Amino acid sequence: MKSAVVLLPGLNRDRDMIAALTKISGQAPATVWQTDTEIPDVDLIAIPGGFSFGDYLRCGAIAARMPVMRAVAEKAAKGVTVIGVCNGFQILVEAGLLPGALMRNASLKFVCRQVKLEIANANTMFTRRYQPGQIIRSPVAHHDGNYFADAETLARLEGEGQVVFRYAGGTNPNGSINDIAGIVNDKGNVLGLMPHPENLIEAAHGGNDGRALFESALGIAA
Amino acid sequence: MKARITVTLKNGVLDPQGKAIEHALSGLGFDGVGQVRQGKVFDIELTGTDKAKAEADLKAMCDKLLANTVIENYAVEIA
Repeated sequence: MKSAVVLLPGLNRDRDMIAALTKISGQAPATVWQTDTEIPDVDLIAIPGGFSFGDYLRCGAIAARMPVMRAVAEKAAKGVTVIGVCNGFQILVEAGLLPGALMRNASLKFVCRQVKLEIANANTMFTRRYQPGQIIRSPVAHHDGNYFADAETLARLEGEGQVVFRYAGGTNPNGSINDIAGIVNDKGNVLGLMPHPENLIEAAHGGNDGRALFESALGIAA
Repeated sequence: MKARITVTLKNGVLDPQGKAIEHALSGLGFDGVGQVRQGKVFDIELTGTDKAKAEADLKAMCDKLLANTVIENYAVEIA
């Protein structure tokens, strides 16, 4: 399965994402730079975490307007799988590929810790290797992960099963509405989440709870 | 031509930064401070002279970049 990783100035989790995709898919992902207008034929596009453009204006706002994101939008419209982690989630929201907004953490503090996630919908292309309601662990590291959507959007997300990951066991680190940690678009091929599953994929990380997410998305059997 | 764009959070959107400022102000002894909401101001110089076009352009700038209309409102003033 072929994958590509989007590179932007200020991202800092790109090497983690590349390492995870290489280990799980068995081949190194292609990389695409912010000014690239075309993305090679791949099954999965990943937008890593970090602080693209120094979080200027709003987190992800400048990155979302770069040429590469128009290419990502075109691929997403054609059904290519897209995952945005942390800053990647913020970029997808700013680009309008996912609904809602990610605001400053309610605590106003940067949070870097491990949280528990409930698989709120195991019937998505990103979670099919998990059990419904399963609780997994995942690291988080962000300052602006407080997911917000208006009442109508929220009702639609909840009603259509688009809420995929939810902070569980009182571990919501940012005050996000309905404990939302990750959502998919209405077509189900674009996922954004604040936690970093790419940092929990092998024993050396202290566990592999995040691995099944990539195996699901890449269509890799256990 | 000079323009000022003010971006503010919509009503009903929680503003933890505004809340922290509100508490800091009361901590400094300013009594009678109600709700504080934090926003952004952009001062933009424009080279054109057509005010109507400028206003339309500025609104487009807000919709496309300067404001996130999911959570923010904007106001455009041309000096």
